[in-house]
Amino acid sequence: MNKNHRVPSSRSLSAVEVKSKFGAEFRRFSLDRSKPGRFDEFYGLLQHVHRIPNVELLVGYADVHGDLLPINNDDNYHKAISTANPLLRLFLQRKEEAENTFATDPLTRKKNTVLSAVLLRPDATRKKHPVIISLPKDFRPVSSIIDVDILPETHRRVRLYKHGQEKPLGFYIRDGSSVRVTPQGLEKVPAIFISRLVPGGLAESTGLLAVNDEVLEVNGIEVAGKSLDQVTDMMIANSHNLIITVKPANQRNNVVRRRSSDSGASCYGYSTHGATASMPSHIIQNFSAGELESDEDEEDLVIEAGGEAEPIRRTSSTYSMPSMPRYEPHLNLRTAFTSASAFSIHTNGTLPASNSSGSLNHADANSATPSPDRVRRSLEEEGTVITL
Amino acid sequence: MMKFRFRRQSTDPQREKIKQELFAFKKTVEHGFPHQPSALAFDPKLQLMAIGTKSGAIKIYGAPGVEFTGLHKDTTAVTQILFLPGRGCLLSVLDDNTIHRWELVAESTREVGGVKKEGVVSLREVDSYSLPGRPGIESSSATRVTVLLLLKSCDLLCMGTEGGGVYVLELPRLSLKENQTLLQDHVTQSLPDDYRCGKSLGPVESLQEHPQQAGKILIGYSRGLVVLWDLSSRHADQLFLGKQQLESLVWERSGNLFVSSHNDGGYSVWAVTNGNIYNHQPVSSTIPYGPFPCKAITKILWRTTQLSSPVILYSGGMPRASYGDRHCLTIQQDKEHVTLDFTSRVIDFFTVHNMDNDKEFDDPSALVVLLEEELVVIDLLTPGWPSLPTPYLAPLHSSAITCSCHVTNVSTKLWERLINAGKAQQSRRHTHRKWPICGGKNLAPPPRQQELLLTGHEDGTVRFWDASGVALTPLYKLSTANVFHTDGDPIDDPHDPCDDPEMQQQQEEEEEEEWPPFRKVGCFDPYSDDPRLGIQKISLCKYSNKLVVAGTAGQVIVLGLNDERSDHLVDVSVMDLLQDREGFTWKGHDRLEPRLKPAPFLPGFQPLVLLQCLPPASVTAVALHTEWNLVAFGTSHGFGLFDYHRRNAVLARCTLHPNDSLAMEGPLSRVKSLKKSLRQSFRRIRKSRVSGKKRAVITTTSKVQEANAALAEQEEVAPVQRRIEPRSADDSLSGVVRCFCFADTFLRDGTHHGPTLWAGTNSGSVYAYALEVPGVDSGRTCERGGASESSMCVEAVLGKEIQLMHRAPVVSICVLDGRGKPLPDPYEASQDLSIAPDMTNAHSVLIASEEQLKVFSLPKVSAKTKFKLTAHEGCRVRKVALVLFSSAVQEEYSEHTLVCLTNMGDMHLFNMPGLRPQVRFDCIRKEDISGIASCVFTKNGQGFYLISPSEYERFSLSAKVLIKPQCSVPLHRHLGHMFTCDGTPPQTQANGTHKSLMGQAEADVPRSTLSSPLLDTPLDSPLSCADLTLDSTGELTVEDVRDFLTTVEEEENNLRNMKDEEGRSPDILIN
Repeated sequence: MNKNHRVPSSRSLSAVEVKSKFGAEFRRFSLDRSKPGRFDEFYGLLQHVHRIPNVELLVGYADVHGDLLPINNDDNYHKAISTANPLLRLFLQRKEEAENTFATDPLTRKKNTVLSAVLLRPDATRKKHPVIISLPKDFRPVSSIIDVDILPETHRRVRLYKHGQEKPLGFYIRDGSSVRVTPQGLEKVPAIFISRLVPGGLAESTGLLAVNDEVLEVNGIEVAGKSLDQVTDMMIANSHNLIITVKPANQRNNVVRRRSSDSGASCYGYSTHGATASMPSHIIQNFSAGELESDEDEEDLVIEAGGEAEPIRRTSSTYSMPSMPRYEPHLNLRTAFTSASAFSIHTNGTLPASNSSGSLNHADANSATPSPDRVRRSLEEEGTVITL
Repeated sequence: MMKFRFRRQSTDPQREKIKQELFAFKKTVEHGFPHQPSALAFDPKLQLMAIGTKSGAIKIYGAPGVEFTGLHKDTTAVTQILFLPGRGCLLSVLDDNTIHRWELVAESTREVGGVKKEGVVSLREVDSYSLPGRPGIESSSATRVTVLLLLKSCDLLCMGTEGGGVYVLELPRLSLKENQTLLQDHVTQSLPDDYRCGKSLGPVESLQEHPQQAGKILIGYSRGLVVLWDLSSRHADQLFLGKQQLESLVWERSGNLFVSSHNDGGYSVWAVTNGNIYNHQPVSSTIPYGPFPCKAITKILWRTTQLSSPVILYSGGMPRASYGDRHCLTIQQDKEHVTLDFTSRVIDFFTVHNMDNDKEFDDPSALVVLLEEELVVIDLLTPGWPSLPTPYLAPLHSSAITCSCHVTNVSTKLWERLINAGKAQQSRRHTHRKWPICGGKNLAPPPRQQELLLTGHEDGTVRFWDASGVALTPLYKLSTANVFHTDGDPIDDPHDPCDDPEMQQQQEEEEEEEWPPFRKVGCFDPYSDDPRLGIQKISLCKYSNKLVVAGTAGQVIVLGLNDERSDHLVDVSVMDLLQDREGFTWKGHDRLEPRLKPAPFLPGFQPLVLLQCLPPASVTAVALHTEWNLVAFGTSHGFGLFDYHRRNAVLARCTLHPNDSLAMEGPLSRVKSLKKSLRQSFRRIRKSRVSGKKRAVITTTSKVQEANAALAEQEEVAPVQRRIEPRSADDSLSGVVRCFCFADTFLRDGTHHGPTLWAGTNSGSVYAYALEVPGVDSGRTCERGGASESSMCVEAVLGKEIQLMHRAPVVSICVLDGRGKPLPDPYEASQDLSIAPDMTNAHSVLIASEEQLKVFSLPKVSAKTKFKLTAHEGCRVRKVALVLFSSAVQEEYSEHTLVCLTNMGDMHLFNMPGLRPQVRFDCIRKEDISGIASCVFTKNGQGFYLISPSEYERFSLSAKVLIKPQCSVPLHRHLGHMFTCDGTPPQTQANGTHKSLMGQAEADVPRSTLSSPLLDTPLDSPLSCADLTLDSTGELTVEDVRDFLTTVEEEENNLRNMKDEEGRSPDILIN
């Protein structure tokens, strides 16, 4: 999405010409480029001009490269308006029949994204798929700024998604002291700070955390009064879905709120000074409560051992193929998931390329007759990654 | 099935009330030997002994069970303690030159909730006094107190100082009597010129009151001068012009003689004859261990006897070159001469002897020696002066404690067998005479049940302690060293020498030829012959009397109790836990060589089988199921299962992660040796401490130490970085097996239950095996009906593997029955000692990791409830126990509760199986890592942890089950009160690990009976009932005595009366 990050070249036209297609019908209208308004207003306008007030729509537009991109929030709506040169071509579809427009089947796509995020390794055999542009919900987020509307502007709540990342979280914390304003005046209190970012780590690559940022909360629990070791343990315990509230050392890049009625689709911008351009756009995001409850991601892995009695003395050393355990994430059995992983284990090397790109890696690594130990090891590794 | 969801703690008032009735945190007793004792005192009237420590604690002991503890505000070393005989009052001098007065104080009686509650009586500091510097002399050391003397009249206290002055304080207010002060100048004036030579007399080394003439004191100065001073006339009666540097003085009972001990290792007897003002020569002078230079005799006692010549007791005086490093105390009487050779420094000693003024002789009955690491009592009435076993103050750390294990409700049968085995071990040298320190009266009722504490030690011994009451008494000692062939001892010497009478005879003969006539006394022996012998895990089955002991070199020994001596060969079985994994080479220690010949084993626990894990890494977990005859054991490499009945290895499983290189390093690796190196450095510190009881003057070295300490603190303040990364599978030592669980439950399907074994590792893996145990109804049809039972073997089939995604080490696994209660121990169900577990409803398994507590349903392992402790609190689980808490109010009501001790030293209590947090108590300082690591829980809500290498703190989490000192001491104070004392002062603890109690139920809240008792967990298990102690205390009363009781006879009469009254039926106090 960031590819099209281009500042509109000209301001010659204050109005954007819009050509909207729904089914076989076209509508033409114009919008003020400088005041595009919000997405929900725009959406209502589209329903109005097409006279389809109660139809759920998917809105797409053709960008300068001719790719069909979705418009479903303020962010990409503004992007569409600003890049329209001069004509903005819109394509409307009924939601129920439009599932496959932007990408492939959601189920497979989900698996693809999950698996590729998880298992993606340098792999020569893997075909380069054309970049699929899809709805933001179809992407696996790496990090985000959340709860902007409820936090003071001086604070930032950052969510880091560790699961499946090859990247380490990549930061260190330290003890220190911070100055607080109290009724008695300024007071020095012990505090926890980010002390170091590992180059190439998740924390550094998101650009949302910086050295000397003061850590205020970890997953909603205040760190005040807690020791460095306690905070370390809390962060590690939450490392699969870490939400840190910091007071950035550099207060110039703070998210500035523009008042909006709908918090779900709030519109944010950045204060003008500072390196706004370098900030990735996907950080402007709010999450529903349900999404925050990420426990489902933390399923423990249960391996059912093959039913019938194995020779006792060999149970631990030999893993004969017939008694291969089957992997079952015990919660929320995603059938596609389970079968895929089980399949990948059993076939072990004869995997169709389309199914799981990641496990091919093992197939290459393991020789034709893998030692039982190797099989077991790969089993373990896959097991741990699959249930993320 | 009910779905339990974690909810925030609700504030349901009824629930809060139940919680108050179930849970209450209290530190009750300190068991063991006070760490770093520094002072000793004895009250001959009350028969109480006081010990002061370097941390500023004062502990008073009387008869077994009578204990009081007090703690000075500053953690400064107690240098001296003095009793005001018979008054329940004592004075302590601290290293900072302050004097403190302590009293046993009682609060008034209160009526709480219909229960008459005795006001807490405690040892309390009532006054303190700091000696001001002498005007004109800046140095504070001049007025530093060196010795104290309390006059018999108990109204004056004389203080000798470094500067040579003697000050007199008035008691009880501790006010200085200015006009009584005796400075050195007064004394020097009356000295002959040739003795004076312009030199100072030195500090006052000794002050002794004349035994017959009140108001006359003997003052000994360091230079050797001794003055008999009359306090009333302020005049020196006699001067004894000693030339040798003085160490101590003691009067002979008649007052005609006194004895002085000297720096050169000699002692002199001086005659006190009227008329002579100047005495130049002593009557006799001896250097007992001469003629070569000897060390100083630091203290000497001279006790007369009716039947024989006086007993001379003195510490030190050893020949400097050959035995200068020994810690010795000599007892001499006529030709009899014994040099007691101790393993640690002599702090102080006293004799228990006749104090009656009517009696002509001292007739000492016992010698009590306080050593740095133990208390030794010698029976002076029995010929040969044998030592007396101590009923308390046992040196727990005689060899460093490496692990512990608690067994509740031990049957009388097993108890008696253990006692007999222990008696058989006691050597001839021990006498069974009455314990000489017998003051006070233990009011606690005899314990309702026998509790056993087992401690494993570095030298391969397991000690069995009676933990039923306040005094932790040794019962029996098991040594595992004789299973092995060690370099140190020859093959034909299987025992600990002290255990074998023959050996002792031999030793004795050898000793007699030796000069000085040394005799090893005491049991403190911190140096282990072979660290591989160290005990790591203990498991005891109290029903079948089987014991499993596992050690540092991968040895697992299964033992059985036998009342007869037996010579047999121990079966050895070797288990390879690496299971042919390649690429691993063990770099640690070798295995211990098993003894190849049959060895004699004394009555007690005798080894049956020795299992040797390979590689011989330290055993990290052990479980015993005696009904199935199975023992499971794990190391950092894997785990094994062994059928000790059929001598058959059932299973070996490697848990080693391929990348884990540290696991092969052995105990010398950085991580593992941390504890050991800590211990070593403690020893080093202890050794380096200045020896000698004399004051440690603030010198430059101590200033340097202070500066270093300050520097070290600063270093701690400097920012420390912590890396934030999730645990990965590659973490080292991830294969360490942490816990086991045997359970008869549903592993493969929901209809058939059978024996299972669960094992948890450091990396959050849990392995569950279904076991086929011949003869145990596994709930499924037996396919092998034809095979005879004896020919069948136990088989293990892997049922499930669970990988916790957070990968934290698995601390504990426990299977819960259909009612959500933990399954009973082996034999409990089959012998009707407990209610049968509910096998009709679905079982569940509790898996506690360092970060989370989770309950999974069985057989399909799906998460039911969980509590993410680390994510919420930032603390990690260290110890977990399932405890049955009984209500202090409702007889029948009890709840199973999960108790978690975290790395922050606090206790979190969760209900089962809902895992809802109930209460949190601060228990141990988070810096006290060894305390947290040593914590062990009982099944009824008590626990123990080490507060020092030699002391266990006992605590109670239960509102009902409480073992604490309850004792009375007859006090003849001016008030004439007799106090009945509850010896646990609130909020004091010798080692200061006390933290403020948060969330503690207010103990004094009136409790009315509940109208609707929430009996969702009816207590119908007879075992669970038996596991509970209702701690009924004797009636605690303060009996007021009329003020007219001032004369001794009247006081005695009164005491007799009150003792009669004590015999009244005790009320039951529930608190």
